[in-house]
Amino acid sequence: MIFYKLFWVFTKIGFFGFGGGYAMLSLIQEEVVDRNSWMTKQEFTDLVAVSQLTPGPIGINTATYAGYSALIHAGYTHPIAMLGAAMTTIALCLPSFAMISVISYFFLKFRSNRYFSSAMDGVRPISIALIALAALSLTNRDNFIDYMSPILFITAIVCSVRFKVHPILILLGAALVGLVIY
Amino acid sequence: MHFKLFYQFTKIGLFTIGGGYAVIPLIEKEIVSQGWLDRTEFYELLAITESLPGVFATNIAALVGYKICGVRGGLLAALGTILAPFFIIILLAVFFGKIQDNPYVVKIFKALRPVVVGLIAAPCYTAFKASKMTFKTLLIPIIALVLMFFFHLSPIWIIVLGCFGGIGYHKFKTARKNLSKD
Repeated sequence: MIFYKLFWVFTKIGFFGFGGGYAMLSLIQEEVVDRNSWMTKQEFTDLVAVSQLTPGPIGINTATYAGYSALIHAGYTHPIAMLGAAMTTIALCLPSFAMISVISYFFLKFRSNRYFSSAMDGVRPISIALIALAALSLTNRDNFIDYMSPILFITAIVCSVRFKVHPILILLGAALVGLVIY
Repeated sequence: MHFKLFYQFTKIGLFTIGGGYAVIPLIEKEIVSQGWLDRTEFYELLAITESLPGVFATNIAALVGYKICGVRGGLLAALGTILAPFFIIILLAVFFGKIQDNPYVVKIFKALRPVVVGLIAAPCYTAFKASKMTFKTLLIPIIALVLMFFFHLSPIWIIVLGCFGGIGYHKFKTARKNLSKD
């Protein structure tokens, strides 16, 4: 049952996941944290941190981890959980892969389709809201524990937007700060 | 040929750190510069990928693979990008459960969490600039955000609404253009 559910949920996320990895995070969070409680909010935040520090697209990383931990929580053994993680990861890629097979067949005709391109114009502003939603719903007591948290939060944004510091460097810096202040 | 394609994309997957767009220069270096694919063709494929749902890195890999050696190429390239991140995350998932309570790890994650939320929030600004939005059109993501955050409307519905909104707006504009012609 949980296998079926994981497969279906991640296929759905793969189908509706427009606007890149960060926009997809709010979809993943809604399903994985809010609806199915496969992970807590804090675990999800930690997972995003880990995904940023490890290679690989964030969507793949979260799908793999979510599949794995959902099955471990449900009482399955490690090898079964690994298989489940492989399944969720493939489920996430399945919809766009199917679309790519069709697109490659008709190739560029598709891109210049008027309906399709105007639908995409409508989705673009939405993806900003999706990114903001992911950030906003993680702004809670679990992640912001004291007066230092907002300072770290703002510093991260400034470093990233204003000074274009690489996310990995920002996270490594934050890890060092954590060791010193906590 | 197939094996080499798989190998190249596994390598690319291993070095995709921090967001799907990181694959673009990697593919340029490993695939385009090797003469497997024409540069203009690559840019066409990139344009298509922008409007596909799902994981950017896997999608562009699948499209490039398709273009080079058909369905099998697409499958192998997509699987290649997943392979390395998958095993790294599995390792971490097994490992993280054991080190989670280590006092140093706890300290590090206390500082990492608000920073991660900041890193998720930062692309809002970049996406806002990239989509060339005005303050009037900024209302769209704001309304979307309010609907999702305060009224708990599923992101999926917002995406569907965005698609239809885009098509509706396009129809409205062409209708008005025709009207002013008469």
